[in-house]
Amino acid sequence: MPLAPAIETNELRKVFGDNAAVKSLTLQIQQGEVFGFLGPNGAGKTTSIKMLVGLIAPSSGTASLLGAPLGDLKTRARIGFLPEHFRFQDWLSAHEFLSLHGNLFGMERNRLSARIDELLERVGLSDFRDKALVTFSKGMLQRIGLAQALLNSPALVFLDEPTSGLDPVGRILVRDIIRELRGQGTCVFLNSHLLSEIEVTCDRVAFISHGEVIRLLELATLDTGQVTVTLRVAGLSIETASGLSAWADAIQLDGNCLTLTAHNEETLPEINRYLVTHGVSVYEIAPKHVSLEELFIETVGKEGGL
Amino acid sequence: MNPIFILARMTFVQAIRRKIVLTGLLLGVCFLLVFSIGFHMVYATSFSPPNISEATGIQHIIDAEKSSGLFLAGLYAVTFLGIAMAALLGADTLAGEINSGTIQVIVTKPIRRSDVVFGKWLGFAGLLVLYLLLLAGGTTLSILVQSGYMAPHLLAGLALIYLESLVVMTVAMLFSSRFSALATGGVVFGLYGLAFIGGWIEQIGAVLNSQTAVQVGILTSLIIPSESLWRRAAYEMQSPLSGLLGISPFGASSVPSLLMVAYAVVYLLAVLALTVRVFQQRDL
Repeated sequence: MPLAPAIETNELRKVFGDNAAVKSLTLQIQQGEVFGFLGPNGAGKTTSIKMLVGLIAPSSGTASLLGAPLGDLKTRARIGFLPEHFRFQDWLSAHEFLSLHGNLFGMERNRLSARIDELLERVGLSDFRDKALVTFSKGMLQRIGLAQALLNSPALVFLDEPTSGLDPVGRILVRDIIRELRGQGTCVFLNSHLLSEIEVTCDRVAFISHGEVIRLLELATLDTGQVTVTLRVAGLSIETASGLSAWADAIQLDGNCLTLTAHNEETLPEINRYLVTHGVSVYEIAPKHVSLEELFIETVGKEGGL
Repeated sequence: MNPIFILARMTFVQAIRRKIVLTGLLLGVCFLLVFSIGFHMVYATSFSPPNISEATGIQHIIDAEKSSGLFLAGLYAVTFLGIAMAALLGADTLAGEINSGTIQVIVTKPIRRSDVVFGKWLGFAGLLVLYLLLLAGGTTLSILVQSGYMAPHLLAGLALIYLESLVVMTVAMLFSSRFSALATGGVVFGLYGLAFIGGWIEQIGAVLNSQTAVQVGILTSLIIPSESLWRRAAYEMQSPLSGLLGISPFGASSVPSLLMVAYAVVYLLAVLALTVRVFQQRDL
């Protein structure tokens, strides 16, 4: 029997007053997938997550998590959640905090105890297990929050901006943890502004705007074939440059700097050969792949969120 | 473990660690000190000396009346401290956690939202019983040691005072599930004040035989039955003689019936049920 999708939503909608925060969200995410949720500020990303984890009631539409309707308590025991503006019970110590949340997950005492030690070690907070959270830095709170979301070894975990408070070392930690989760078959729903993070961790991304998916992308096929190349050259005439149109588009010559978009990577040696045989000195050829950031701007528009 | 008990324990520990209770305890201890010293001074100057053999039976009765009056005045202050604690705990709890966002990682666990309300309620109910026992017990003990006076129906009276604090705490939780902590505090103290004024109108009305005034008082008791519970508690614990003498600042001349006590219990349960409903439907 095939596994139920980790997340399935059908025209999920949330209206606050006259404002539709999420217009119509239709998604299907498989178990074990690492899924990136992208969009400008105010696109409805956090509202969507809040509907899925049961903080906000949808105005209309349906959704299921791990095959069960939203709000199913047994399913919630298999879901982890790190909220965006993480604020925790800061009067507890790290160990007490994880203990409280493990108990709320209904975890058995011995398993919980072992899991707390394991996770404190994993997020690098073993030395702070008895320190009160009120003394923690933003980055440390983010780490303990992540540990909280993973306590129950979830089959599906929602991470809303998990790296927002972290320094580069912390970000690498989160990235590694996400990779481990994928290895364990956990579905990760990742909402992040850090596109480079998404690019290296996610299998698939959805671009959303005004609460609708406007583009779904497999990151494995992000490379559309086209390559933007910057060349540093000398002795290139306009006529010779225009001859490059056989292999490339968007040719621009600015002094010694030539930029063009080659139809594919295989044409680069031919372009080089053509330039050399036409008496052009080539000092540098730097191909640049289309980044997620460029796709984001292209998809969502330059104005971003408001 | 049942999530209600996990959350009740969390609420209890939270209140203690966040110093709300510590502040309340300090205030309570200050009150007990001031009260004991005050009682001691009154006792030393106006009570008949215990070793004088000619002290008559009448004087003993008068002494007991003085003790009873001071005891009720003390318990009135204890009740007010308990109410203030109940209102503060209840007002901040849901509103504060919704505002700070700490509620988000709680309600997304495999628990019902009603568990959150019941757990918090139970935690505060535990705190309030300890707080009131400490203050009321201290007041009773202080008088008992100094003058040998013990109020009648002490347990029934304390139970009614406890019920009053629970009513106020539950009303505070109801508003806290929908409005900010500050607005909740304002509304709850406003309601408490309304009941207080209503109680006085009722008492004065009873003395002056004004049926309308008594009805106004009963109406405010229906809106929030806090003051009527105090008056019933005072009635239970006052000496039989002061009951005959009529109006006193801390006693009760128009006595709320047992029906009003039953109403208060039903009222509390209804407000608690409404709190669950409001909190269940709230977007967090």
